[in-house]
Amino acid sequence: MIKDFLKGLWKENPIFVQVLGMCPTLAVTTKALFGLSMGLATTFVVVSSSVVISVVRNFVPRQVRIPIFTVIIATFVTAADYFLKANFFQISKALGPYIPLIVVNCVILGRAEAFASKNKVGRSFLDALGMGVGFTAALIVLGAIREILGAGTVFGIHIMWKGFTNWIVMVLPAGAFITLGLLVGVFNVVDQKMKTGRKIAKG
Amino acid sequence: MVKKLIKNSTLRIVMALAVVGVLSGALLVFVYEYSTPKIRINVENETERAIKNIFPQAEKIQKTKDDFFMVTGAENKIGGYAFISEGNGYQGIIKLIIGVDPKFTKIVGMEVLESQETPGLGAEIAGSKFRKQFENLPITQKIEYVKNQKPTKLNQIEAVTGATISSRAVVNIINSGIMEVRKNVKTGGV
Repeated sequence: MIKDFLKGLWKENPIFVQVLGMCPTLAVTTKALFGLSMGLATTFVVVSSSVVISVVRNFVPRQVRIPIFTVIIATFVTAADYFLKANFFQISKALGPYIPLIVVNCVILGRAEAFASKNKVGRSFLDALGMGVGFTAALIVLGAIREILGAGTVFGIHIMWKGFTNWIVMVLPAGAFITLGLLVGVFNVVDQKMKTGRKIAKG
Repeated sequence: MVKKLIKNSTLRIVMALAVVGVLSGALLVFVYEYSTPKIRINVENETERAIKNIFPQAEKIQKTKDDFFMVTGAENKIGGYAFISEGNGYQGIIKLIIGVDPKFTKIVGMEVLESQETPGLGAEIAGSKFRKQFENLPITQKIEYVKNQKPTKLNQIEAVTGATISSRAVVNIINSGIMEVRKNVKTGGV
């Protein structure tokens, strides 16, 4: 069971391995805080919709499962959007249309179709939570790198030395592609090293 | 017989969709009821904070019309007016609040309520360096912007380096906002 949770963090990380949900990944990670907020909102949606879909999976006629999953996902997205607007107004303003757009984040429908619609509630919950945490962690890393190089701060705290020239390109869309590409590369190198290491250990 | 009908026919599909739709709608009603008043308060607070930034001596802010506010200071003296004006920026809508003196001769200050300009470039329109230029700017003439040089005329401001489109958008929004308000004042709409 614990494997259901852990696979989202590394082996099947939604961003670095599955390369899903690229729209929010590239668009909102100009700051670490935005990455964290988007990650948490997405985690909330993927966990709640996976649990509900897992509960109703035996009642849903196969022919209409996709529309029903979409309605369930959209309900939670709308709830998350209103909740942020009511309680975290500034963050909601900064993330703009990308919160409602969680509806079309393929990480969520992907989990619903590939896992929650075939597995029991407990496992679906852990699977979704793992994916959510993996997604959030990746967004924070991406956001932190772009914020440090692009604005000299992380989570709004100044950390670069005085006279550091901000690399404006990092907070522009091009910076998102550059950072993501390099991170996926680094991820794969580390992953390969770990795999060969394991093989050698096994003999 | 009936059981079989429900199990296999399109009726089951219709029922499943209807049940999910109704439940989702019902849940969203609660979410909406809970958050709408809070969201309205958030928007109002934000506007009020912006007006207080422009008029630090403000004691009372009165909404006389949609997007138009009368600001009164000590002893009920009119401190000026503030109005909201919006238009297209480089990316999406820019929404500004502009404070003017009681006689409509100069700008007291300007704040950005909403914008999706490029971080580090266009977003600097909300920075104090750019905004300060509008303080005490005469509005008897149209406001103009200059690029990469200090303003030479009284009605000019310097555009943010590398963000001419955003700066021009701000100038246009203010100019059209002032024109709109003037028209309303003349026709007694305020």
